[in-house]
Amino acid sequence: MFTTKVFIRKNKIGNFLKNIREHYLRDDLFCGFTSCNVCKPEDTALSSNIENKSGLFNYPHYLILDTNIILDQMDILEEDVICNVIILHTVLKEVKHRSLAIYKRLNAVIDNPNRHFFVFINDHHRECYVPQEDTELINDYNDRCIRTACLWYINHIPDAKFVFITDDARNRALAEEENITTCSIEQYVRSIKENNLLEDKLAKRDYHVESDTQDLFPAHLTVTQVQEGIKEGRLHQGTYRASTSNFLEGFVSVDGYEDAILVQGRSGQNRAIDGDLVAVEIFKEQDWIAPSEIILEDESRVDTAVEEVLLKENELKEYSTGKKKKEKAKPTGCVVGIIRRKWRPFCGILQQDAPEGALYHLFVPADKKFPKIRIETRQAEFLKTQKIVVVIDDWPRYSRYPAGHFVRALGKIGDQATENEVVLLEHDVPHSKFSEEVLSCLPKLPWIITEEDVAKRTDLRHLDICSVDPPGCTDIDDALHCREIEGGMLEVGVHIADVSHFIRPGSALDVEAASRATTVYLVDKRIDMVPALLSSNLCSLRGGEDRFAFSCVWEMDKNANILKTKFHKSIIRSRKAMTYEEAQLTIDDKSRNDSIAQSLRNLNNLAKILKQRRLEKGALVLASPEVKIRMDSETMDPIDVEVKKLFETNSMVEEFMLLANISTAEKTLKDFPDCAMLRRHPEPPKINYEPLVKAGKHLGFEIKTGSNKELAISMDNAVKEDNPYMNTMLRILATRCMMQAVYFASGMFQKEDYYHYGLAVPLYTHFTSPIRRYADIIVHRLLAVSIGADVTYPDLLDKHKTSDLCQNLNYRNRMAQLAGRASVAFNTHLFFRGKLQDEEAYILSVRKNALQILIPRYGLESTLYLSQKGKKSIFEYNEEDQTQKYEDVVFHAFDPVIVRLALDSNNIQREKLVLQLVFPVVKGFSIPPLNEEHKRKVETDQKKTKAKKSKKK
Amino acid sequence: MSRKELLSKIGLRADGRRAQELRRIRCKLGVFTEPDGSAYIEQGLTKVLAAVYGPHQVRGGRSKAQYDAAIVNCQFSMAVFSTGERKRRPRGDRKSTEMSIHLKQALMATIKTELYPWSQIDVYVEVLHADGGVYAACVNASTLALIDAGIPLKEYVCACTASLANNDIPMVDISYQEEVLGGPTLTVAALPMSEKIVLMEMTQRFHLDHLPKVLKEALRGCKDIKVILDEAVRNHLVNVGSSSGWVKNK
Ligand SMILES: [Zn+2]
Repeated sequence: MFTTKVFIRKNKIGNFLKNIREHYLRDDLFCGFTSCNVCKPEDTALSSNIENKSGLFNYPHYLILDTNIILDQMDILEEDVICNVIILHTVLKEVKHRSLAIYKRLNAVIDNPNRHFFVFINDHHRECYVPQEDTELINDYNDRCIRTACLWYINHIPDAKFVFITDDARNRALAEEENITTCSIEQYVRSIKENNLLEDKLAKRDYHVESDTQDLFPAHLTVTQVQEGIKEGRLHQGTYRASTSNFLEGFVSVDGYEDAILVQGRSGQNRAIDGDLVAVEIFKEQDWIAPSEIILEDESRVDTAVEEVLLKENELKEYSTGKKKKEKAKPTGCVVGIIRRKWRPFCGILQQDAPEGALYHLFVPADKKFPKIRIETRQAEFLKTQKIVVVIDDWPRYSRYPAGHFVRALGKIGDQATENEVVLLEHDVPHSKFSEEVLSCLPKLPWIITEEDVAKRTDLRHLDICSVDPPGCTDIDDALHCREIEGGMLEVGVHIADVSHFIRPGSALDVEAASRATTVYLVDKRIDMVPALLSSNLCSLRGGEDRFAFSCVWEMDKNANILKTKFHKSIIRSRKAMTYEEAQLTIDDKSRNDSIAQSLRNLNNLAKILKQRRLEKGALVLASPEVKIRMDSETMDPIDVEVKKLFETNSMVEEFMLLANISTAEKTLKDFPDCAMLRRHPEPPKINYEPLVKAGKHLGFEIKTGSNKELAISMDNAVKEDNPYMNTMLRILATRCMMQAVYFASGMFQKEDYYHYGLAVPLYTHFTSPIRRYADIIVHRLLAVSIGADVTYPDLLDKHKTSDLCQNLNYRNRMAQLAGRASVAFNTHLFFRGKLQDEEAYILSVRKNALQILIPRYGLESTLYLSQKGKKSIFEYNEEDQTQKYEDVVFHAFDPVIVRLALDSNNIQREKLVLQLVFPVVKGFSIPPLNEEHKRKVETDQKKTKAKKSKKK
Repeated sequence: MSRKELLSKIGLRADGRRAQELRRIRCKLGVFTEPDGSAYIEQGLTKVLAAVYGPHQVRGGRSKAQYDAAIVNCQFSMAVFSTGERKRRPRGDRKSTEMSIHLKQALMATIKTELYPWSQIDVYVEVLHADGGVYAACVNASTLALIDAGIPLKEYVCACTASLANNDIPMVDISYQEEVLGGPTLTVAALPMSEKIVLMEMTQRFHLDHLPKVLKEALRGCKDIKVILDEAVRNHLVNVGSSSGWVKNK
């Protein structure tokens, strides 16, 4: 049987296209019932013994779902209690079309054999197909297809009962007319016995309101209005970014405006949530305002939401208007429509102050960028102690907050394990256990090196190779050697774990590793990219064990000029796995003259030359305050926070890794001009440097940003004798101006865009850490092909596939970095619980009502507020010079201060460090120091100022 | 998983076929009276008419004539209404010239040209509707038209397309929709009985690993098509025969 579908579509140029497609109807499709003797059975089927869990019906039944149920209520469908469900193909296609994310989740449920979800292909079934009528809308047609399929099932399997669930009232009415048993999802869920608070998870798409409620937000424009507006240039499209410091401000970056469009207040933000693609209307220039530069937090409760927001809006207005403000005014506008929502599940907690027994609660997302969410729950007392996951269902005009529903609880607030889970979820880090399928790809133990392996590889076990890593490192992916060869030359080898030998393209293990993209390091936890057998054992280049490696071997002269580069797959035996400190001691210990010590010394000398050469070319030395948290090995509580110590050997290893990466990039690009995986670091736009240049200017230094070399030189020159830490702070600021380095497929960019700005090299890639980075695995595979050690496979040579892969790698890397930082931040807070400490610190930047403070010892950045809430600041803010002044005390950027650190645990979700000023002394503001040393400092300072004053007299 | 899966999880293609299924083929021989042979074929929505003239004396410039074999002249053209967008298609544009040459290559492999020295065979094909696999349909239609014209062939020459669904599963007889969405499409013209490939063409590069299975699928498609064409020829013969009375009451 066969029929045709005719579509007529308009193409871009405006010509009419007639689009005819075939649509085959079949009679070999299975209905899902093993008891059926008409249809040919297949592997997957509905279960024949089903029990009735609903009180609404007194017979066992199968469920048929409407599209809206799947799109809106996936959290319910993911519950095990819902099973024996028929998913019609019409519905499945519609779901796929509307939301790929929901489609994936639905497929996961369908794939679970215990759930008995069966896909019935009604649209290609000879008896279920109905042609679309000329005037029929697509939605009505789909509804009709679904009802036809329901009726077919009722006739086809007379013994079974079917219940059609839909939230579309019209469809439900039509179904009832046709004698199909039907109900809404809410009715059904509420009727399930032992529902285990399932109804908390119901998405509330259309909850009822008292009719007299006032609209709090302007209406959104319709899709067509938005499209027209954008076409005519009245509206602009852009991604909404919420301000992190002010909940009533946000920005939308749109094409054609250098500054992002400022949107302020309820009417400006108009229910946009960070990440949403929105349409904005930009005001006339005379109505533009300046960003407020103040810090505002949403402190409302569920019953005071509206009053609170009005109050805060007034406060904001005071700051944003005024004559002086006009000069700093930025393009301002308001959100008039939402083009695409970017809602995701949020982690957070219930706001604690709701009255007992209340049904509605406010949920506070862990990420400040997002608004509170109103949810309905019957287990609030329990949930208040938990970190929970909530999703947004809707944000109607009359509601101050979006409406959502509870999805699941993650664990007790404040527990290490819970917080780790939150960090991983918030950063979208895949962290479930490796599946059986993935584990089955691992080699069987005991793993032995066969003769065949030896024949294929270069045996380098005779070389004195060693590895140098941070202490406690178990995933060692690089090792080094250096020896003198004929003619006074040096042979230098970098040996990288041969992970691509174990991870074959296309295997389940490969797919999993590609999706994870990177190993994620949290303070007390590592989420491996590949299973531990590989990461900590077979691939890890442990001391004294034979391992497969991918070696990059150079012949160099003593001035570190490369004469020859060779790559080969090898077998190595590392003599020793050393820490940076051990290696440093070995180099410094004059009494040691064994081959390892000599090899390290040679490497160290070469590295210094290489580094010097790199810096001359304009490579940047940047700084970021990196800290290491020492954990109590038993209780897993942080016992100390310290800045990471750096040795010369750190830089030594780094130099050779850079060199190996560069050599690999050159080699793979030469052999694969179109599909090499490289890493580029674009030059930041000049505007990014503004804060750095400004900060430099206030200190009397000119920071040039014309090229990376100019920048490097001007930063080297910015040194102040009396404040040695200042240079580091400049470099920290410079780091923040940089763009992200990203992976890309060489065929997708022009040659001049390959440049790596930070390293000042024309070509760069990642080759040296295949255990913890997927990009390196791809690079290994390419390199293996180019030396003839392995074969290609289709995706490897497809630049579009490589490019898609790069997108994922870049995203995951970014997230992994953020997750790591979040974990450090949490543990730092944990460390400060119940402690009071005075610390030396520096002012990183001066704000209108606060100082941004950096505490080098803990690598911490925090805000020192200069005014109490609601009170006027005693300080005088000078916008031009970026200073805060009170009597004799003037705060500039980069000034040293002493602050008291304490943890404010009032907000249990967002414990925050509170800073108080200790030094310099400001009457009525600073507090007396805790320890003797600081007391003395304060005293001497006071004497000095007194002396000055008396002198003046 | 992307929006454009060629083969859904449940194993059906967008039009409801399974990976190894051909589209519906309908064909008819002897559709015109004027030419020596003619045929019409529908493969799904791809519709092609073929007409064969000859063998006849070489027209225009006898210099082209060959002393030991007939020359084969192919002309490919597409009707203005053959695609979704109406477009004037001048004869002899690059695409149709290429198609004509490819068609000739396939037909030369089967026509026993050595039987007709100093003569010429003309094959005209016109695409009435294009919905993927245009070349394949042209080859198949030409085969039927040649048979209708009574020109001796070594065997049927059939053509079929194949591609790779979801980067893994080979699928046969690619529709236009699938051509647009999917990756490279392989077109094969073959002599299915002797399993000789006479022409192979792909739209993009295939990785070598995939080629064998896709090729195998295309060849299987050619064989399946041959069975269908063969049946059509036999039916045609019965029809023609019964009207003249030489087939006894069957
Ligand atoms: Zn059945």
